[in-house]
Amino acid sequence: MNKKKEVLISVILIAALLGILRILELNIKPTSQWAMLLTVLKKGSIYALVAVSMNLLNGFTGLFSLGQAGFMMIGAYTFGVLTIPPADREMVYMYYDGGIIKFAVPVVVGLLAAGAMAALFAFLIGLPVLRLKSDYLAIATLGFAEIMRALFQWDTLGPLTNGSNMIRNYPTFKTILFPFIVSGVCIAVIVLLINSTYGRAFKAIRDDEIAAEAMGINLAHHKRIAFTVSSFFAGVSGALLAMFQTNVQAKSFNSAMTYEILLIVVIGGIGSVTGSVISSFLFIASSEWLLRFLDEQHKIGDFTVPLLRSGFRKVVFAVIIMVIVLFFRQGIMGTREFSIGRLLERFGGKKKNGTEGGGKLQ
Amino acid sequence: MDMLSKNLPYLLAGISVGGQYALIAIGYTMVYGILRLINFAHGDIFMVAGLMMVYLSASLPMYLSIPLVILLTVLIGFLVERVAYKPLRQAPRMSVMISAIGVSYLLQNLALYITGGLAQQYPTIPWISDQITVFGASTKRVTVITPFLTIILVVLLVTLIKKTKIGMAMRAASKDFETSQLMGIKINNVISTTFIIGSFLAAVGSLLFFSNYTGVTPTIGTMPGLKAFVAAVFGGIGSIPGAVIGAFIIGICENLIMMLNQFVKVDISNFKDAFAFLLLIIILLFKPTGLFGEKQTDKV
Repeated sequence: MNKKKEVLISVILIAALLGILRILELNIKPTSQWAMLLTVLKKGSIYALVAVSMNLLNGFTGLFSLGQAGFMMIGAYTFGVLTIPPADREMVYMYYDGGIIKFAVPVVVGLLAAGAMAALFAFLIGLPVLRLKSDYLAIATLGFAEIMRALFQWDTLGPLTNGSNMIRNYPTFKTILFPFIVSGVCIAVIVLLINSTYGRAFKAIRDDEIAAEAMGINLAHHKRIAFTVSSFFAGVSGALLAMFQTNVQAKSFNSAMTYEILLIVVIGGIGSVTGSVISSFLFIASSEWLLRFLDEQHKIGDFTVPLLRSGFRKVVFAVIIMVIVLFFRQGIMGTREFSIGRLLERFGGKKKNGTEGGGKLQ
Repeated sequence: MDMLSKNLPYLLAGISVGGQYALIAIGYTMVYGILRLINFAHGDIFMVAGLMMVYLSASLPMYLSIPLVILLTVLIGFLVERVAYKPLRQAPRMSVMISAIGVSYLLQNLALYITGGLAQQYPTIPWISDQITVFGASTKRVTVITPFLTIILVVLLVTLIKKTKIGMAMRAASKDFETSQLMGIKINNVISTTFIIGSFLAAVGSLLFFSNYTGVTPTIGTMPGLKAFVAAVFGGIGSIPGAVIGAFIIGICENLIMMLNQFVKVDISNFKDAFAFLLLIIILLFKPTGLFGEKQTDKV
């Protein structure tokens, strides 16, 4: 399987995927029970981006950061605040005399600004915080996210962030293709970064900091790049999430959200991009859709199935996660990557003897 | 005098909540001292203790339900360690921390399922919930009792660690995990004891905490838990007196913020919770080992 052919097949598959998505979207009515599938796909694609961005830090650079929800919030707010049409501002900012920003930028600029703002905050907070090691870094970034959350709900910043009220009435996406394309492009950029010399340096830092430093890798510089880039994409995914939800409120970006993203990364396999993507869809699908039946009462004849009531789904879900964490520590993919070339080789019967297929994307 | 009676409640509340944080913080600092693990589930164990009190006191008299709550909390702490942390003893530290986050997620969802998401009214414990007047400021008796009870428990704990055999084993394990095993210390017993002590103190802390803040929700443990961890880091992780002092400082400072809020023009009450983290980032930058922490050197 040569490289050209693989790229060609990938392009065809991506086009086919987008086509199928569009057909699904046009044919599923909002009232049918399959409408949930579209929701899952949209939200899954958004979570895939933030999971991959977290994996870039935790899996590829070995920086255990728990600030992801905070950066998503910065992205979501930046996007929302910048793109509300001026005509609607009076209504959204009704407690703050229409806010201080009187203009609106196009959606694409808003997305980029969301990423840039998150990256800027990450750069600044990274200067002091990245000197910390492992669990201290985790708790400091978690704390940073909490401080940000308090700051965004601060009444004095109300003209900018609307205090503890919602940001709404900004443009949202009309088609399912939008989050898929944006997430896809961003993930592709992350993969390119991982495969570059920077990516190799990140992995060296993950495997052994001291050895990496001895080989001439500038630790502070590379950690800062990983942290800033990861936060940029967390910011973009925050903006996408804002578009998906149609309103943003700071209090929903809490530490539980970061934990969920972390668990997605763990389930997919720490250090595997495709693993994170697959597990995002699985995670969202099972938490939003597939396990829903656990929340409702069921009767078999006269027998009412015990335990099933609102909230049981989440308990079952948490137990499944614990089982994965304890017994399948590698997650779905471990550190391997899903590659089309290898898949074709396996099913095409052209099995070669040996290691040729291994590690195409790594 | 008017000034005093107006501001004293904040100071009292600060000392009281500081004592409650201290009781939780000890659990963090002891576990971290031995296992090098941030036990993210500790705050949720504190929450579970509160919930169990709500349900047990509904059907049992107070003199039975209080000891029972403490006993069950200790049992849960012990089981969490055995089920979720012990199998990962040889695994990388990150795996154990993720497991702790998983346990926290599980306990919160379980609580959400049982309570149905509604805040549960914490029962009034007789005597300690009574209103009393201190220097003209009206408050609950628990506010005054907490700091004294905390200090008594801490003195007992420090004696246990300094004077008894199991205490010596704990100190040995926190100094050098592997070597202490080679010296014949049954490490699993030591770790279990650590979790039992931590959960016991968290249960006592929850009795005191919820007598003041009466609504128990599934996520209520997160914030006190994180703050208690910050207190442990502030005091120097692994040091029990350090954790206690850190907890009192955080408790008092966040109530001072509420007090200041009366005098300044802008509303700063939002930053009550954020203060602890600001303190954390500052202390980690200037004195990463905390106030009383021992200096550690990395070996290749």
